[in-house]
Amino acid sequence: MVFVGSDAQLTVPTAVKIVIAGGFGTGKTTMVASVSEIPPLRTEELLTEAGVHVDDLAGIEGKDTTTVALDFGRITINTKVVLYLFGTPGQNRFWFMWDELATGAIGAVVLVDTRRLDSSFPSIDFFEHRGIPFVVAVNCFDGSQAYTVDEVRHALDIDEAIPVVLCDARDRESSKSVLVALIQHSMNRLAAV
Amino acid sequence: MTGRDDWWYDEAAGPLVRPYAMVRGRTRPNAPDLHLVTQVRASSFASDQTSLTVEHREIMALCARPLSVAEVAAYLDVPLVVVKVLLSDLIERGDVLVQTSTPKIPDRDLLQAVLDGVRGI
Ligand SMILES: Nc1nc2c(ncn2[C@@H]2O[C@H](COP(=O)(O)OP(=O)(O)OP(=O)(O)O)[C@@H](O)[C@H]2O)c(=O)[nH]1
Ligand SMILES: [Mg+2]
Repeated sequence: MVFVGSDAQLTVPTAVKIVIAGGFGTGKTTMVASVSEIPPLRTEELLTEAGVHVDDLAGIEGKDTTTVALDFGRITINTKVVLYLFGTPGQNRFWFMWDELATGAIGAVVLVDTRRLDSSFPSIDFFEHRGIPFVVAVNCFDGSQAYTVDEVRHALDIDEAIPVVLCDARDRESSKSVLVALIQHSMNRLAAV
Repeated sequence: MTGRDDWWYDEAAGPLVRPYAMVRGRTRPNAPDLHLVTQVRASSFASDQTSLTVEHREIMALCARPLSVAEVAAYLDVPLVVVKVLLSDLIERGDVLVQTSTPKIPDRDLLQAVLDGVRGI
């Protein structure tokens, strides 16, 4: 790593990130919490009403602004690498925020609640259009898992190359296996180009 | 949550007054790009801190270990835009070191390390 500053021998880890996306209430924060080594943190970004970043506080007083909250967790991989997991904001109008989240990400998990499949369409569209690797994780809210993986794939019109997996976002091992599926998918995509 | 969610909220003037006052409406100086996951760390040769504000000193204490910009904002409980200005001040003074690379998609070796790491947790 290259540093700005005087003591270049002080190192910092390489940071990588995974985006946990999906519709409103699909279990994004729950998944972040189940695998994070710290209780999920929350940070706020200031946006204008039009959904654009407020990047500078000069002259902001008169402007209509809104805050958007981001939940995130952390997994220290080793002394050199740290992984961050970001839950996307529930409100879809903050696409600007999604761009920042997705830039340089390993990929995304799109959580799906089969009772409201349509609520995850915008997330899937977003990652498809930007060519960002993603997996679809069907969150099995108790007793509501009435569909097979193939049925969900068909209903969401997901390409065969994209993994669709079942999960329980509350369960650490289950959430871990979703992350593993995503990282492997990203590695395969890398090998394919 | 920290229970300090509204500590910068001003009843009369609205939620922006406190962070605005904290950075006095300054534009960010020519500091490196600070992204959500950009790692920052306090320099071991930090200069005299007596002239620093409470918030700056709080950041110095937090950054005794490497943290992301998003973590600093969350622990300090201020919006990201504010923490970026405060961090820029410290970077300019040489008190905080920053990773200068912009987020880019990890290569195969890095992905393998992340895969092994996630499997191991
Ligand atoms: N039964 C069951 N409940 C779940 C599961 N995952 C999440 N929940 C519950 O569903 C609700 C919504 O979960 P969250 O994790 O807050 O969902 P979210 O996607 O972060 O929601 P927003 O940020 O509001 O869009 C919470 O009450 C969770 O406890 C699951 O796998 N099974
Ligand atoms: Mg949430």
